[in-house]
Amino acid sequence: MRIQSNQLNFLLIMVVMFLSVMPLVSYSANQPYAAWKNHNDEIRLALNGLKGDAERGRQLVIDQNKGNCLSCHHLPVPEEIFHGDVGPDLHGIASRLTIGQIRLRIVDEKVINPLTIMPGYYRHPDKLRLVANEYADKTMLTAQEVEDVVAYLMTLK
Amino acid sequence: MLKPGLTLFVLLIVSIAYAEQPVSGYEFLTPETRAMQDDDFENPGMSAVDDGRALFHQSNADGKSCAGCHGINGSKLSTKHIAKYPVYSKELQRPITLQRQIHLCWEDQLENIPLIYDSNDSVALETYVRYLARGEVVDVDITGPMKPFYDAGEELYNMRFGQIDMACVHCHVYHQGKRLRGQVLSQGQSNGFPEYRLGSGRITSLHRRLSECFVSFRAQPFSFGSEELINLEVYVHARGNGLKIETPAVRY
Repeated sequence: MRIQSNQLNFLLIMVVMFLSVMPLVSYSANQPYAAWKNHNDEIRLALNGLKGDAERGRQLVIDQNKGNCLSCHHLPVPEEIFHGDVGPDLHGIASRLTIGQIRLRIVDEKVINPLTIMPGYYRHPDKLRLVANEYADKTMLTAQEVEDVVAYLMTLK
Repeated sequence: MLKPGLTLFVLLIVSIAYAEQPVSGYEFLTPETRAMQDDDFENPGMSAVDDGRALFHQSNADGKSCAGCHGINGSKLSTKHIAKYPVYSKELQRPITLQRQIHLCWEDQLENIPLIYDSNDSVALETYVRYLARGEVVDVDITGPMKPFYDAGEELYNMRFGQIDMACVHCHVYHQGKRLRGQVLSQGQSNGFPEYRLGSGRITSLHRRLSECFVSFRAQPFSFGSEELINLEVYVHARGNGLKIETPAVRY
């Protein structure tokens, strides 16, 4: 079957329309900041009630543009050669901390230790200073990604 | 309950641990990289020194050059004075960096086309002049009129920036010697600047290096030659008072 030129034009228009809408779609995926409460050194409830995926969480701890946890922590990720030692070793972390304690430490470690080097992966963007435009008003991880990392760390018994 | 005595004791130990001697980034290098820096024929930063040397001796239309005042190979320059930069300028009522001082000579004495902060020629000239003072001890004055600028630099050094929400002090004071993935954190001393970075493959001024850190914080970097970066330069150079100038150092 031969494609007529008006069909080709229609196709092109559809592609251009799809591409122009894409940024809007990803923007609308930016959910409003999920409120959370610190109960006695724990965030007991999952952010937005989301369920984490441990396999995705494992990818996020490696990803240099996402969690990049390996930058500072040793983890059972043998395929990556370099693990940092700025923060504590996380092998067996789920045996030492509760899920709520782990969640709080990922969301905003500064609540526990104001001098920490550790970024708050879900720290409220209003608490940040001079953020580059590209990252303005965004958290480092989305609520879903925080829950994914929590789910992964909970497998480290 | 924390006992006040115990708290004071802990604070004392912590402050002693941090009030340590400055250590050059050289000490954090592998023997191979040290050897590269030490051998002028191997050191890739020497190409910027050569560029700077050529500019230093280059005559303008009136036959004037930097060397005309400061001597062939900068023989009339005081290496001790070079090691004091940034110094306080009474005229400007603020610190002046070595790079900016070179600009003033270039524009006012030689009447050349102004140099842009951190442009290739500007950094080459700074590299050459600081290289002339290689081995001299960094000696930045932080008393008198310099004090407020040093303090402002220290405040910036300890201030969190960007989405990563981190300050210079976190890596280069609290966690120096630790590993960030494969990279060992140095004290972030500035005695080798402008220095050749093996990662980017280019000669890098202190302002450019500071900006790279701000970018990695996911922060808006300050512009080259800005008041903020000059104050940080005062603080960072003074923090390394006592170290020997290594320009052009080789770093990762």
